Amino acid sequence: MSGTGYQGKKNIPHLTSERLLIKGGRVVNDDQSLYADVYVEDGIIKQVGENLIVPGGVKVIEANGCMVIPGGIDVNTCLHKPYLGTPPVDDFYQGTKAALAGGTTMIIDHVTPQPGDGLLEAFEKWQEAADKKSCCDYSLHVDIPHWHEGVKEELEQLVQEKGINSFQVYMAYKGLYQMPDSQLYEAFSFLKELGAVVLVHAENGDLIAQEQSKILGMGIIGPEGHPLSRPEELEAEAVFRAITIGNRVNCPVYITKVMSKSAAETVAIARKKGSVVFGEPITASLATDGSHYWSKNWAKAAPYVTSPPLNPDPTTPEHLHSLLACGDLQVVGSGHCAYSTSQKAIGKDNFTLIPEGTNGVEERMGFVWDKAVAMGKMDDYFFVAVTSTNAAKIFNLYPRKGRIAVGSDADIVIWDPDKIKTITAKSQQSALEYNIFEGMDCRGGPLHVVSQGRVVFEEGKLQVQQGTGRFISRKPFPDFAYQRIKYRNKIMNMQGVSRGMYDGPVYDVPATPKYITPAPSAKTSPTTHQPPPIRNLHQSNFSLSGSQIDDNIPRRSGHRIVAPPGGRSNITSLG
Amino acid sequence: MSYQGKKNIPKITSERLLIKGGRIVNDDQSFYADIYMEDGVIKQIGDNLIVPGGVKTIEANGKMVIPGGIDIHTHLQMPFRGTTTADDFTQGTKAALAGGTTMIVDHVIPEPGCSLLEAFDRWSKWADEKACCDYSLHVDITHWNDSVKQEVETLIKEKGVNSFQVYMAFKDLYQMSNTELYEVFTFLGEHGGIAQVHAENGEIIAEEQARMLEMGITGPEGHVLSRPEELEAEAVFRAVTIASQTNCPLYVTRVMSKSAADIISQARKKGNVVFGEPITASLGTDGTHYWSKNWAKAASFVTSPPLSPDPTTPDYLNTLLASGDLSVVGSAHCTFSVAQKAIGKDDFTQIPEGVNGAEERMSIIWDKAVVTGKMDENMFVAVTSTNAAKILNLYPRKGRIAVGSDSDLVIWDTDAVRTITAKTHHSAAEYNVFEGMELRGAPMLVVCQGKIVLEDGNLHATSGTGRFIPCSPFPDFAYKRVKARKQLAILKAVPRGMYDGPVSEFSPMSRGGTPSASTRTSPTKVPVRNLHQSGFTLSGPEEAPIRPAGRRIVVPPGGRSNITSLS
Repeated sequence: MSGTGYQGKKNIPHLTSERLLIKGGRVVNDDQSLYADVYVEDGIIKQVGENLIVPGGVKVIEANGCMVIPGGIDVNTCLHKPYLGTPPVDDFYQGTKAALAGGTTMIIDHVTPQPGDGLLEAFEKWQEAADKKSCCDYSLHVDIPHWHEGVKEELEQLVQEKGINSFQVYMAYKGLYQMPDSQLYEAFSFLKELGAVVLVHAENGDLIAQEQSKILGMGIIGPEGHPLSRPEELEAEAVFRAITIGNRVNCPVYITKVMSKSAAETVAIARKKGSVVFGEPITASLATDGSHYWSKNWAKAAPYVTSPPLNPDPTTPEHLHSLLACGDLQVVGSGHCAYSTSQKAIGKDNFTLIPEGTNGVEERMGFVWDKAVAMGKMDDYFFVAVTSTNAAKIFNLYPRKGRIAVGSDADIVIWDPDKIKTITAKSQQSALEYNIFEGMDCRGGPLHVVSQGRVVFEEGKLQVQQGTGRFISRKPFPDFAYQRIKYRNKIMNMQGVSRGMYDGPVYDVPATPKYITPAPSAKTSPTTHQPPPIRNLHQSNFSLSGSQIDDNIPRRSGHRIVAPPGGRSNITSLG
Repeated sequence: MSYQGKKNIPKITSERLLIKGGRIVNDDQSFYADIYMEDGVIKQIGDNLIVPGGVKTIEANGKMVIPGGIDIHTHLQMPFRGTTTADDFTQGTKAALAGGTTMIVDHVIPEPGCSLLEAFDRWSKWADEKACCDYSLHVDITHWNDSVKQEVETLIKEKGVNSFQVYMAFKDLYQMSNTELYEVFTFLGEHGGIAQVHAENGEIIAEEQARMLEMGITGPEGHVLSRPEELEAEAVFRAVTIASQTNCPLYVTRVMSKSAADIISQARKKGNVVFGEPITASLGTDGTHYWSKNWAKAASFVTSPPLSPDPTTPDYLNTLLASGDLSVVGSAHCTFSVAQKAIGKDDFTQIPEGVNGAEERMSIIWDKAVVTGKMDENMFVAVTSTNAAKILNLYPRKGRIAVGSDSDLVIWDTDAVRTITAKTHHSAAEYNVFEGMELRGAPMLVVCQGKIVLEDGNLHATSGTGRFIPCSPFPDFAYKRVKARKQLAILKAVPRGMYDGPVSEFSPMSRGGTPSASTRTSPTKVPVRNLHQSGFTLSGPEEAPIRPAGRRIVVPPGGRSNITSLS
């Protein structure tokens, strides 16, 4: 692994001379921990071990036995996504500041092209904004607002030239972003060929549209209409459908924002059946619930509006933590998308117009610690995995990111498991005037945060500089998602049965039949390549009934039969 | 009893019959008693009955006497591309009677764009002319608009139809979008109908079919390869979701795979009102035959959803049937001759779909579920007859041996063994998908409308004796729970002061809002600023959030902590 030659933008001279020694910490990766010192130079980890020989005059941080972990990676932020022409209050500067203050040293933001915009155009807009303002390294997911032939070329370019390996599609937002199943199938097929990870916003948009008009018709216009019109069943249904399509196409599927128990269960069951699927709960779904939508204070209820909605079932966060701790869900994002109260108020008379999004980029790691590790559900290796390493693996950043090892980027956090902090909007880094976790106590937090080899957070103070964040490009075909897919591709070749020609009577179909099996029948059947049907009496297999020639049928060959861990007797489940 | 059936049929009215010494098995109990029937109705049940002289007496010798089977799913005399299925109403009902089934429910399939009522009239005319046993009709909704809505209402209120099938497959032909399904389910839920659904994801099937044909797979194996069971399970899951949203009872026709059946049993455990119907073929055989080297044999198995290639499927479905997770068994009897099937000899998507099963239905269940110890006799009666009668709102006229019920009953010989073969079956099809199977359990005697129609292996059925049995809406079996939930499901808005804080400027022209619904006028009147009522604060102390009031909170059997699962 070489520390030089990253295809990032213009070199950033002020950090190249930074040298740093972290002494006396317990280095925790997702697979092991050891007491060791970490020496950092030029933004890269140069040495890990005891009694390191380092140049004089190096800045030394005493970790005093605290955990030294890879910096967090927040895989889901929207720091530049406008709503009806107004940008979110946390831009790349505010948002990455908040991220760093919470121990997150890299974000992956969603590029959301406005309808009519090209993907490349939107990507460049986002990249420009982030290059100017971001305080930590970043990468971008690109959302595909609708599917058409022209998109394919742009996708190819984004994957091969721009370093993007993940794209989001929407099953909700009817009439805007939503794709029907046949388009999803095509999008999945195409993205799989490119080696990209398909991110899915999973909610059934058709039914939501019906429920929304029903609920508005009943005179329910406040934020409680939001969860009422988007019940968790619609989330679970879409997750199930996305996984089904992913299985058919043999494409990895990544579910963004897992908000409910039943959606999470659907992901978990699919994984047990061998599907390549990843689930991403977000800070909000792990730390709070949807009962706040019924608050009498409109301005208190509206901040919780996000899609899929927070679940009114108060036992949801605990359940999601359990699944996260056992590996059924893999990554925690924040879904950070901050709109001020006055922006939220655009929907004061109609909940469907409330801009969607919650905060969470700063609180993300703290709440996973507080609710999973401190509760004894999860160990600290797993904490590293779900907050950083798994994200790096899925999106092909590993081991540059997500690991403390020689040659990795020096994105490091010294974590204090005992630090207790009360969340409040008054002391947060985000520019929002509210915080949906207001008043909650949270154990665990960063003591020091090192980003690109520079100390950016120390003694509760941030020292950041906007524009220092580099765009990190990502290659397609991440092993973590694609290795299994590649093997399955090989054994997935289906073969027809070689039979003698059917030469019995054929019912004469009227020339213009009313019943036609649609679409596919219009395609020319490939049998035309076969020799003309000459009746070969020796080859004929036709018999009407009675004992049949093939009573010991040859079972088909070359069909994928996978028995995944957990076992499953159904031989076609993956076929 | 005055049933609103059609013109009275005088030739059966004088028939009197006494069955002596049988063990009556209903779905809830079994007991030894004699049965006296007159005019097609059971008049007395008990010991030492006083009956008129000269009555024909049948000695049951301790054998089981069960309510005649109800085959809730047939396609007899179904038009297809200018031809019809091999079994018309005479042939098909004869096969049914020979297997111990004394009532069938056939599917009316109007061509898309055509009138449902006309199609219904056509079907009932055919059946009136030819059926040898009582029948009822489901009507399939193949397209959806306001005039269809009216016809559905007429069918429910005037014609005696309470169940309607919609399709999630057959893209560009019968398939409905989620939005249409939502509307159909909502409408049926309000009018007391049962929403039957053909559950397969037609969008993906169309993609897969094109892929198969492109790969050069044109034989019957392409049928099952392009319709993997996942697509069935997916559609079942979606149908359950929509039905739950609209609070409409759901009936999944043709449960063919383990995963589809699992989805149904999970949904039932969550409290959803959903019924699953495995068919004779899915309980009795599997999909390995699609790979037969004999094209004609392979093609005879083509039906949708396809039989699962997993050979453990039938056993699994029988288990779920025995445990009550699946509710009724149909046959989906829809037979085509080999020549008809051969329309698709070069392209599997053109093979007409359907398998036989009306005659074998009851014996398959007896052999695979009762003999194997999975199911008891009472459950056997439930899944072959009683549950169907309850869902169709025909109970206890059908599906039960009781005073006042129709005298449709069967003396069941638990020890009879017969070998299924196309040579001896009553269907007109040249193939039998159960060819060569040895089945234990068969009817010894079948009484239909009080007349003996099967005795000593001889069938004495008469075309045109079958009556149309009207089904009324809101069957308790499905609607009791639905009605109770409806009352709990009233949603209420939170009473709040007006929001009177700042509102950011936005460009209404730029799209980015949630669509469709946003165009509706919001029900609030002019926002008058009321400072006293204002609830606006930015942060700081605040009253605890009130819990959603007046919302449906049902804790179904099996428990579920999620308070919104049923809303």
